[in-house]
Amino acid sequence: MNHDSYPDAYIRGILNTVKTIAMVGISPKDNRPSYFAFKYLLERGYNMIPVNPGQAGGEILGRKVHARLADISQPVDMVDVFRAPQYVPQVVAEALALSPRPQVIWMQLGVRNDAAAAVAEAAGLKVVMNRCPKIEYGRLSSEIGWFGVNSRTLTSKRAHLLGRGVQRMSLDRTTLTGGSTVDTAKTGADGS
Amino acid sequence: MTDRTPGFATLAVHAGAQPDPTTGARATPIYQTTSFVFDDVDHAASLFGLQTFGNIYTRIGNPTNAVLEERVAALEGGTAGLAVASGHAAQVLVFHVLMKPGDEFVAANKLYGGSINQFNHSFKNFGWNVVWADPDDIGTFERAITPKTKAIFIESIANPGGVITDIEAIANIARRAGVPLIVDNTLATPYLCKPIDHGADVVVHSLTKFLGGHGNSIGGMIVDCGTFNWSREGRYPMLSEPRPEYNGIVLHETFGNFAFAVACRVLSLRDIGPAFSPFNAFLVLTGIETLPLRMQRHCENTQAVAEWLAAHGKVAWVSYPGLPGDRYHNLAKKYAPNGAGAVFTFGLKGGYEAGVKLVSNVKLFSHLANIGDTRSLIIHPASTTHKQLSDAQKVQAGAGPDVVRLSIGIEDKADIIADLEQALEAA
Repeated sequence: MNHDSYPDAYIRGILNTVKTIAMVGISPKDNRPSYFAFKYLLERGYNMIPVNPGQAGGEILGRKVHARLADISQPVDMVDVFRAPQYVPQVVAEALALSPRPQVIWMQLGVRNDAAAAVAEAAGLKVVMNRCPKIEYGRLSSEIGWFGVNSRTLTSKRAHLLGRGVQRMSLDRTTLTGGSTVDTAKTGADGS
Repeated sequence: MTDRTPGFATLAVHAGAQPDPTTGARATPIYQTTSFVFDDVDHAASLFGLQTFGNIYTRIGNPTNAVLEERVAALEGGTAGLAVASGHAAQVLVFHVLMKPGDEFVAANKLYGGSINQFNHSFKNFGWNVVWADPDDIGTFERAITPKTKAIFIESIANPGGVITDIEAIANIARRAGVPLIVDNTLATPYLCKPIDHGADVVVHSLTKFLGGHGNSIGGMIVDCGTFNWSREGRYPMLSEPRPEYNGIVLHETFGNFAFAVACRVLSLRDIGPAFSPFNAFLVLTGIETLPLRMQRHCENTQAVAEWLAAHGKVAWVSYPGLPGDRYHNLAKKYAPNGAGAVFTFGLKGGYEAGVKLVSNVKLFSHLANIGDTRSLIIHPASTTHKQLSDAQKVQAGAGPDVVRLSIGIEDKADIIADLEQALEAA
């Protein structure tokens, strides 16, 4: 995978496939970017699990906080890393020790560790670096267009409501640049 | 599979627009509403806290306006856009994000006369101090930089003189000074010139001109290029410091490479208020769909008119960068290779009186204070748009007493030339 530039279909395939996301390094403060992303993804229907040793035992947005990935009692599809790049290898090692293993390691906007990415990819995981899943969801659902943001997607297909209120859109559609969402999700093809 | 990058004409038709999610309407609907219902209390809180994307109130954002914002951002190659009530409003909002009272910005002295007025007078009431520099002498920009400088402002193609600005040279000065380069790209449009490719950090537009293109709507646009690091030196606290208006959010940290557009929207547009009408957004969007076709025709006609005027006995000079030998011809080849725009000036040997007569005698050209219309337009800046400037400023801005400005439309060029011919005969 070229980590400088991801095909839209790769990102869309991941966000359309994963259901349970563990967010490592989430802040309990409601003005922090990690809190924003957690809340947004929760509102889009993802099963969000907060991981932060300093907050273990408490709750963030009604979800119980775990100290480490190993403490989570259910399968995790994706690990979203809100930690500085030097801590990513440890998070990847903990993720690979889970059974079953997660399918995706996602490093947040500003976080990139190519060595850790290579370890995860060698183990068969998909990796995204230096991206925000909230921004990518907003971009590919075109919700982000409501903020005047250039989604870099074109489509003649109607977007679909998520079914959770009028201002929440699904990822289930095709775009000129993004390939076929539905097919990607069904086949698990990475679009590369 | 690699993602296809759509071409300019495809973006001009499609970017930002999609069939309406609820009705399937293919043209972008005019969401002529002040407000939008919330799904529930928590959704409202998320929207007000900037934790989710969505619509609250048309002063802050509107789905019709949003399509236009994404369209222009895509055409410019930027990360986000913000549509506002006018080009002047766009400039107020941009500087409101960047400046504190007592701060300075460096601006090219060859600008639209309205911008010169705005910077010289209205902005000074806010304590925002303009320092003028000459785009024909790049060193003047370097020398104008002080520790108080917060931005550099230029026009890509300057109104009214047909001046092409050396954007890259000035972008290098901005980069060394650690300040953003703001480029007004109104006269060029992204079809002729993309300032982002030459180092711009923010692009502003008067949508009123070629983007709308039909002379029916006033509007402005801010495009965030996503290129500037607002947090590096802490000089732009609206972006790099916790905002008390929003529960301590740091906008740059939260919104990354489109934080400037978000700041213009949620801090400046929200509080200063020059909101754009969704109906006007619809008209401008419709105009933009034909932008490439219109600009081709505008430039083809303008080249022909400029060449004809240059050979006319009553014409002292023609300032159009599309003419070989023009002082900006080489810059035009670099920055606007597909055409040097459709607005230019020329001088009449008969001076001020001949200019007044010419604008009185035209029958196809409209005598009015706009540019960038399908119709051909004419004005004598010294007696109208630039009248409030001093004589020295008039000459400096390319609007001396003998100067006539044309904005060439998309009519048949033979008819445009015939009208000028009869009007010059009578002048």
